[in-house]
Amino acid sequence: MRDALTLRGNHALLTRANPLAKFAVVFLITLVLALSIDWVSATTALVAELALFPLAGLTLRLLWQRGWPLIIAAALGGWSTAIVAADSGAVLLDVGIWSISEGSLQLGIGFMLRGLAIALPAILLMTCTDPTDLADALAQKARLPHRFVLGTLAAMRLVGLMAEEWQTIGMARRARGVGSQGSPLQRLRATLGQSFGLLVQAIRRASRLAITMEARGFGAGQRTWARESTYSPLDAWVLVGGVLIAATAVVAAAGMGTWNFVWR
Amino acid sequence: MTASDAGASGVRPAAVSARGWGWRHAGRSAPAVHGLDLDIAPGERVLLLGPSGAGKSTLLHALAGVLGDEGDDADETGSLLIDGVVPRGQRGRSGLMQQDPETQVVLSRLGDDVAFGAENLAVPRDEIWRRVHEALDDVGLRSAGGGADGRAGLDADGGPDAAGLPLDHPTSALSGGQKQRLALAGILAMRPGLILLDEPTANLDPDGVLEVRDAVGRCLDKTGATLVVVEHRVSVWKDLVDRIVVLQPGSSAGSAGSSAVTSAVLLDGPPDQVLAEARDMLIGAGVWVPGYVPATRRRTSAGSGDLLLAAEDLAVSRERPRRRGFRTIPPVPVQSGVTAQVRSGHALAVTGPNGAGKSTFALTIAGLLAPVAGKVSAAVELSEGAGIDPFKWKANQLISRIGTVFQEPEHQFVTGRVLDELMFGPRHLGHGEERVDELLERLRLTHLVDANPYTLSGGEKRRLSVATVLAAHPRVLVLDEPTFGQDANTWAELASFLTELLDAGTSVVSVTHDQEFSAVLGGAELRLGPASRGGARQEAGAA
Repeated sequence: MRDALTLRGNHALLTRANPLAKFAVVFLITLVLALSIDWVSATTALVAELALFPLAGLTLRLLWQRGWPLIIAAALGGWSTAIVAADSGAVLLDVGIWSISEGSLQLGIGFMLRGLAIALPAILLMTCTDPTDLADALAQKARLPHRFVLGTLAAMRLVGLMAEEWQTIGMARRARGVGSQGSPLQRLRATLGQSFGLLVQAIRRASRLAITMEARGFGAGQRTWARESTYSPLDAWVLVGGVLIAATAVVAAAGMGTWNFVWR
Repeated sequence: MTASDAGASGVRPAAVSARGWGWRHAGRSAPAVHGLDLDIAPGERVLLLGPSGAGKSTLLHALAGVLGDEGDDADETGSLLIDGVVPRGQRGRSGLMQQDPETQVVLSRLGDDVAFGAENLAVPRDEIWRRVHEALDDVGLRSAGGGADGRAGLDADGGPDAAGLPLDHPTSALSGGQKQRLALAGILAMRPGLILLDEPTANLDPDGVLEVRDAVGRCLDKTGATLVVVEHRVSVWKDLVDRIVVLQPGSSAGSAGSSAVTSAVLLDGPPDQVLAEARDMLIGAGVWVPGYVPATRRRTSAGSGDLLLAAEDLAVSRERPRRRGFRTIPPVPVQSGVTAQVRSGHALAVTGPNGAGKSTFALTIAGLLAPVAGKVSAAVELSEGAGIDPFKWKANQLISRIGTVFQEPEHQFVTGRVLDELMFGPRHLGHGEERVDELLERLRLTHLVDANPYTLSGGEKRRLSVATVLAAHPRVLVLDEPTFGQDANTWAELASFLTELLDAGTSVVSVTHDQEFSAVLGGAELRLGPASRGGARQEAGAA
């Protein structure tokens, strides 16, 4: 859990790109895909994204491990859209109140592909971006306040720690006789109690960490950066690539006549 | 050592001066420190002793400049100065290390964490990386080559290098002792003239303690910085410091209305002199004085030796089986092939190096973790019809059979009042409430019945956590590092109390590095090997 946030072992090309450039591209592609519900633009973007896997050091296996809830959600979303959307064209399946027609199936597939195409860039970004580098870029390049950015970064370390703490507190409470058995109400109370225990520990840890940071001179005033966040020619290529993917998706959909703005 | 010139290391040792200094925390009526007069010369190394409540940590925090503002209802009296200036305005002049290793790490990569303090002091980039490498060398976490541009980590070919740890080594993968040394490196990179250590080794095993102590010694020899360390275990620091200062609680010193203000400093002088003069007083205050092992009760009965619990070829891990998509993958055990018996009236000490899975093993036989392989089985005498596998027992069935005391007492608090805390088990079981008074008495908690458990001192919390588990009257007691960070008085009480339980037929399993503690309890030792090599079979020797 705590190592999931580091990039160790990933030496793919895109790990060297500036996080802000990658961030901009993810934003652009997501925005374009959110504009239309059609299967052509989604498929085009999806294919392009799959082609980027090796550049980001992502494999299908890793994708499934990290993104399976998203993938299943996209599939379920598509399926339910196919069932409940208004029918048009030939009816393919009819079971009582549920029916799937050519039109609704097309809509459902479009919905599913679009869900995947929107989720994938974020997973790609996470795979090839170290949180520390992202923080550096946000503070140095995007000029966000460094207190906020570094504070958040340090707090993220504690989140992983708290996941372990949750398990320990759960065992410690079982050793006191607070069980996970019983009625739903009892279980709710047990969970609330455990949450309180975690909250206390989280506050203690956070205040100690804050003291550590303050004692190391963190606070107001000028600071320097040990790691300079820089742009390189690679970032230009990343931006060009992102614009290309977004443009291709739009042009392909417009060419095939499937582009339809969500608000129409 | 002279104050004026900075050494070759670029460190100018700091002078500390307190005049009638006192501090009252917001929301408290009594001051934490009162009437402190103290001068520490540049380069001096001071060990700060005193009973809990003497304000040692408050003083360190004040020197580190991290005490809350006076504005929010806190009160400051007198003056406390570093080089004649208030600490708050001098960022980086002092560096503070606290007790909990997890909160001494700020960033997730080794090199970045060391650089953090220097960055905040606006040190130029090239200089930062020079300092990072030097500081890591000094604390014995030698950085493995790498460029000085901070991107070194991404270009290094990963994997632990024989020469040391790479700059992008994840800080979460360090041991407690390594984390504290990393914190020291982060402090050194700021080039502070004053190093403040607040019980830096209380949470560490004996190897970690020496690791940190030696690293501190090397760095002081090199930089000549002034040191103030707070620690119970005098023997660890005695040879490293050249002065011991004993503080006494502020409330007793001067808050009594019009009475003359006495100094917060009780004793002050060279280590040997203070230890000789105040030996009895320090022992009384629970300080671990060198060469003194607190007197404890001796065992009077060998115990019946009936088998209560057995571990067979056990493999353990804290991780649960993981879901990868639709597949379930069992975790990699931290320790495997462990065979041991827990017997009535016998103690079992689980020992071994860091990371050997001692606690994990203890939690598994205590029915709190599922075994990865092998099995834990309860004898009929213990299970009394609840089934053979403790992990499958209901919480109520578990607590009246196996009691587990965790390393961190706060993890086990479930109510907001000491008495409720003790009554909790008996109330759930429907019997045993009459035992509570005896436990309160026996563990000196009677005067605290209405207090909130979270507000107790370290020793009180430890005693309470033992008492709460015992209130359910378990036949087997499992303790995880019960003596970590405890003062000598709590240590002796705890050890004596456990011998009574053993004599009465309870079985005590303790995960511990504390050999003196194991010696008092007697019994067998289960020594776990360094890493999981699979199939290594360990037998607990006969008592």
